[in-house]
Amino acid sequence: MRGTLLESLTHGSLTEPAPAPDESALAELATKVNRAAQARLGRSLAIREVDAGSCNGCELEIHALSNAFYDIERFGLRFVASPRHADVLLVTGPVTKNMRQALERTYNATPDPKWVVAVGGCAIDGGIFGGSYACVGGVSEIVPVDLHIKGCPPSPTDLLKGLLALLEHVSVKR
Amino acid sequence: MGIFDSIPHVPAELPHRPWPRAVVTEAGWQTAIDRMVEGRLTLLGFWGERTAVHMAMLDGVSTDIAVVTYECTDGTFPSVASRHPPALRLERTIHDLFGLVPAAADDLRPWLDHYAWGKPYPLSGRIASRDVRPYQFLPAEGEGLHQVAVGPVHAGIIEPGHFRFTANGEHVVRLEQWLGYTHKGIESLMQGANLETAARLANRTSGDSAVAYAFAFARAAEAALDIKVPPRATYLRALMAELERLANHFGDIGAICNDASFALMHAQTGILRERTLRAADAAFGHRLMMDVVVPGGVARDIAPDGIPALRTLLAEIKKVFPRLIELYDNTASLQDRTVTTGIVKAEYARQFGAGGYVGRASGRDFDARRAIAYMPYDSLSFEVPVLQAGDVNARVWIRIREVEQSVALIAQILDQLGPGALETALPAGIGGGACEGMALTEAFRGDVLVWLRLDGDLRVERCHLRDASWFQWPLLETAIEGNIIADFPLCNKSFNCSYSGVDL
Repeated sequence: MRGTLLESLTHGSLTEPAPAPDESALAELATKVNRAAQARLGRSLAIREVDAGSCNGCELEIHALSNAFYDIERFGLRFVASPRHADVLLVTGPVTKNMRQALERTYNATPDPKWVVAVGGCAIDGGIFGGSYACVGGVSEIVPVDLHIKGCPPSPTDLLKGLLALLEHVSVKR
Repeated sequence: MGIFDSIPHVPAELPHRPWPRAVVTEAGWQTAIDRMVEGRLTLLGFWGERTAVHMAMLDGVSTDIAVVTYECTDGTFPSVASRHPPALRLERTIHDLFGLVPAAADDLRPWLDHYAWGKPYPLSGRIASRDVRPYQFLPAEGEGLHQVAVGPVHAGIIEPGHFRFTANGEHVVRLEQWLGYTHKGIESLMQGANLETAARLANRTSGDSAVAYAFAFARAAEAALDIKVPPRATYLRALMAELERLANHFGDIGAICNDASFALMHAQTGILRERTLRAADAAFGHRLMMDVVVPGGVARDIAPDGIPALRTLLAEIKKVFPRLIELYDNTASLQDRTVTTGIVKAEYARQFGAGGYVGRASGRDFDARRAIAYMPYDSLSFEVPVLQAGDVNARVWIRIREVEQSVALIAQILDQLGPGALETALPAGIGGGACEGMALTEAFRGDVLVWLRLDGDLRVERCHLRDASWFQWPLLETAIEGNIIADFPLCNKSFNCSYSGVDL
């Protein structure tokens, strides 16, 4: 174990430079996020992930944000275990009817001010699962969405660009 | 001796490849259940359609496979689950989707249907009604017992599902799972879809097994149409399948250790997983390699810089992974958590036909790559690791050994990969009637079964996708019994069953 630890210390860092915040995400946020709410938060956001019926592809890439290459916590972004501790809900999936109530309750359990980020093609409009008897089709059908991050699934870099845009938007207006 | 030798049957009318399908009466259906109860056959799949139910069965010794069909002329079929418990959730699903009633069933609670769809029996093709009742968990009675309800929204970044624990102090007396939260209606969306759309849906049945599902779906379609795929395409498919296995096993090994509070391993395997996904992206243009395997072959060739990227990846794994194995093996505090925790009994693994690391860590020596030897695995050499202990530790070791095998397989594939076509053109239509095909592929968590019926215009009439998790989730309920609640995440992660894959 010592060898592995020492090597981690002596070898260069794997963590990559931050990507620029996504421009289209900044534009979307500018029109949606309440300025009064922005002033309440510092440059730090607690994120609660909610799988509302995804195929689990998005979850894999959200997980990757915590690995050494992306190291999401260096930006003040961290995943929390309860919506009651969260500023941001990161929602994936076409919102299955079986998850609708759980998503509503999770949203209601999140204290204000809060933001909702819909992740992946399904979360935008149901994607490939749209039109099914079992899907609502899009997160914004159930809760207000501040930001959409596209992709099937979005890459960790795409996710980071979107989340950095959110962070920038929140902190600039402080 | 073939599976049908002891079962009275009439061969089905439609062509069914590569294994036979036959129609049985109640006597034949019960005989098939007898064979499974005796342990001579293993239930491989159980699915419905509007007026019939089908069971796929495996002879574990000869690796023969066959499908029996029971025509539900009066909307009922003889219950399988009342005699053979591994069929239970599949049987409840058949009832939920098609409204067919298993006669003499002990348990007819809904499984996927949470009364939220707005219509009962959505695939039955008829308007029906169903009594809405609060979901009843099975009772657990005794002094000092209390219940802990977890989910559907969990604490980690994982899929939604409900776990109902009954505990005595810290010890779990009973765990009952209630899933279905991610039910998207995939099999309904499949109906009437063309092969391209259907393949995209198959890719997204369980995102972590996108390649395995695409591979199984493509092989089922090719079996139905009786077409052969060019050798280069089969090698590229296996290359992607092994990369997918590597990425998932790295993720799992780290996540299991992380749930025992050993973050160092998680950080290290996280690096290997990311490198694997990046190599996959360089080679096939998508980190999870979605939509590359298509019926007929592969949609695109490996990129020119893909091969050096993969060779670099293999070299990195060979350098780093042995040290991580040593780290796992020599950390007593970690072993203290994984050894003898969450034991799956060998008899259950056999009875349920548990695939993947869950089965192989409990002595069930089955791997579809070897048993079916589908192309190109018939011309590759690899070993299938099997252990007997059945605990979390054994499931970690199976993954470790499989990582080594996948690395060797990728090296063989890169060496053997010759030039050639990427795709066999599909016919525009097949004229006349429908055709049926079936395939089994080995995903990282176990065998995936796809059964498919295509109409004359190559549209999907019915497709059933069966994840390995169907036969693993129930064993997690047995594995946690007598363990402490705090060890549940560890046990659960060592299974890493799919929610989306079984909720469909």
